[in-house]
Amino acid sequence: MKRLRLALVFGAVAGLASAGGATENRGLPGNGPAAYKEDGRYFTEDGVPTYFIAEDGTVDWLTFSGFRRYHAECHVCHGPDGMGSTYAPPLKDAVERMDYYDFVYIVSNGIENVDVSHQNVMPTFGQNKNVMCYIDDIYVYLKARGDGALQRGRPAKREDKSDAVASFEAECMAGG
Amino acid sequence: MKKLLAFTSVAALCAGSAALANDELLELMNDPTQWVIQTGNYANHRYSGLDQITRENVGNLQVAWTFSTGVLRGHEGSPLVIGDTMYVHTPFPNIVYALDLNDHGRIKWKYEPQQDSSVIPVMCCDTVNRGVAYANNTIFLHQADTTIVALNAETGEVKWTAVNGDPSIGETNTATVMPVKDKIIVGISGGEFGVQGHISAYDMETGELAWRGYSVGPDDQILFDENTMSLGKPVPANSSIDSWEGDQWKIGGGTTWGWYSYDPDLNLIYYGTGNPSTWNPSQRPGDNKWSMTIIARDADTGMAKWVYQKTPHDEWDYDGVNENILVDKEIDGEMRKLLVTFDRNGFAYTLDRVSGELLVAEKYDPAVNWATHVDMDPASETYGRPMVVADYSTAQNGEDVNTTGICPAALGTKDQQPAAYSPQSGLFYVPTNHVCMDYEPFRVSYTAGQPYVGATLSMYPAPDSHGGMGNFIAWDALAGEIKWSIPEQFSVWSGALATAGDVVFYGTLEGFLKAVDAETGEELYRFKTPSGVIGNVMSYEHDGKQYVGILSGVGGWAGIGLAAGLTNPNDGLGAVGGYAALSDYTALGGQLTVFKLPD
Repeated sequence: MKRLRLALVFGAVAGLASAGGATENRGLPGNGPAAYKEDGRYFTEDGVPTYFIAEDGTVDWLTFSGFRRYHAECHVCHGPDGMGSTYAPPLKDAVERMDYYDFVYIVSNGIENVDVSHQNVMPTFGQNKNVMCYIDDIYVYLKARGDGALQRGRPAKREDKSDAVASFEAECMAGG
Repeated sequence: MKKLLAFTSVAALCAGSAALANDELLELMNDPTQWVIQTGNYANHRYSGLDQITRENVGNLQVAWTFSTGVLRGHEGSPLVIGDTMYVHTPFPNIVYALDLNDHGRIKWKYEPQQDSSVIPVMCCDTVNRGVAYANNTIFLHQADTTIVALNAETGEVKWTAVNGDPSIGETNTATVMPVKDKIIVGISGGEFGVQGHISAYDMETGELAWRGYSVGPDDQILFDENTMSLGKPVPANSSIDSWEGDQWKIGGGTTWGWYSYDPDLNLIYYGTGNPSTWNPSQRPGDNKWSMTIIARDADTGMAKWVYQKTPHDEWDYDGVNENILVDKEIDGEMRKLLVTFDRNGFAYTLDRVSGELLVAEKYDPAVNWATHVDMDPASETYGRPMVVADYSTAQNGEDVNTTGICPAALGTKDQQPAAYSPQSGLFYVPTNHVCMDYEPFRVSYTAGQPYVGATLSMYPAPDSHGGMGNFIAWDALAGEIKWSIPEQFSVWSGALATAGDVVFYGTLEGFLKAVDAETGEELYRFKTPSGVIGNVMSYEHDGKQYVGILSGVGGWAGIGLAAGLTNPNDGLGAVGGYAALSDYTALGGQLTVFKLPD
């Protein structure tokens, strides 16, 4: 049952990354990695979720939401603004080294670094809806931080949440 | 060694007598040459009667010896000294070393428990441990995974073990234990994982559970009866579950990870309970009793004598676990038995510790703004409650709203880092945070063993102040006034020590041990230890010479900001450079540094 639930949450998330369907705004302005927008989410050319920051500093909804979720679920270990702490590495740098799929895998399954001088253990969040329902949000926020596209602190301006994101969120948080 | 032998043989003669274990410990606590309990004494004074080191000569202090613990995470608590042996503990994996003070700190024995590493990420804010306890020739260790171990103080041999909680549902431990009579008093952590907090008493000789009192739940679980009082009135039946909606109390928090005190004459133990779960107040309507509460319990039965809830329906994570310091002082010509506590919420409270009557509640940092004052009128309906300012109420502003400029931040005007009290000066010496926050609560779902937080926080130095994130203050508990205040660049996360030499010691996050004049606060000495200090200063005498010891090892909640520093997002990018990161000053370590005057 555990495994099935994990697979379902994971599937829902990974599925979004390669979702087909109607796209809009091809040829987005600016130099960011976003190639297209779909249902209020931005993606790279490879269909990987990413951030979009307009010229006036307005961030996409997922980046803003990721800021919130990161600072509730991740920051007590990984420090404010993705910058690391005395006992956990800076995730804004980690997302530059690993790709989206590795990121989702580690968050879902955890990782250990325990030896004579390290006692670093990241738990498995695969069952945690407060994390897994927002994994894309957290990823694109950290990616924006890691790329240097987003400064520290709370983004001042943001896009509104799209209906598609709202219904995904409701479904994911309600689901078993 | 002589002294220790004398005491242990007395204890051996009367083995089995509950009261005697306590008498031995009381006698040891009154001997200033030893440091037998983390809190200095049962009253939590953190005061050393030694007076060789004075305000005149402390400037000559030098390092006597050092010891590396071999562990690199946050080092809270302090060593103990019993006879000629020093007991040093570490963060996870919770090693205990017995060091021979007659032989340059040679390791007499070392105990390293085997703990499942899965407990590490269930600890909310680093794998700290606030030290071992001693009684009856036994060292008591409460491990991260909630295993309690009794070790033979001479050999390190395990006498018994007991298990106090379940890490797979987020129950862990960071606190020390308190030996009282024939029992040891034990708390639990996990407020950010939705545990149901409790305090427990285990038989000192066998490890058998004697009683357990929950912080939240039905009366038979929280050990309340018709004699339990609050603010001068009997507490009605079902007081806790009636203050929660539905079954939320079952994951309601109220953990007990702070310090405990004990009054042998009243036979009462005192402690505070932590935040209600979750951090989103809209998910738990009601007063959420008895989270955020000072509880006085009978040491033999655990029955609650009186309670006082400092922050009903918490909206800011102001855990009420800070130490309760017991002092006797004259008020209006009458000697009163008092309890003084510096709460996370920024108010310093003075209560009558016999009855629980509230006498003083004043802000001990002028930056505190979430409440105007505490209602002190016994005739008022809101007697004893903080008067919350609507602008700073995360509950009134509601879910998905970012409430800004709240002082103090969630880490409180003071966290667990304990204050000291000098009977000589009559003042309290308090390490404080000077940090404010933005707080945005939102809805979260509960999964056993997973974080259960439900709020986004940004923390930054108190605006319109000295720009630093801490102060070290002297407090007059009767007047409710700050006597003097030393601004610090970072939060002061180290426990203070007051001494009969009129010198007060504390450590800083940059790694300094500082000595200041107890009367004026003037700095008399500083030494930069290898890593940031979040441990507590202690003192002892060996071969006729006074020593001062401190653990270095940056981490704990303070370690979250190590790489980043704290910035005010409202100040914009320009201010970031103004508050340099702690990583510019210190790096990980784990070391004991012991100081003395030159020979």
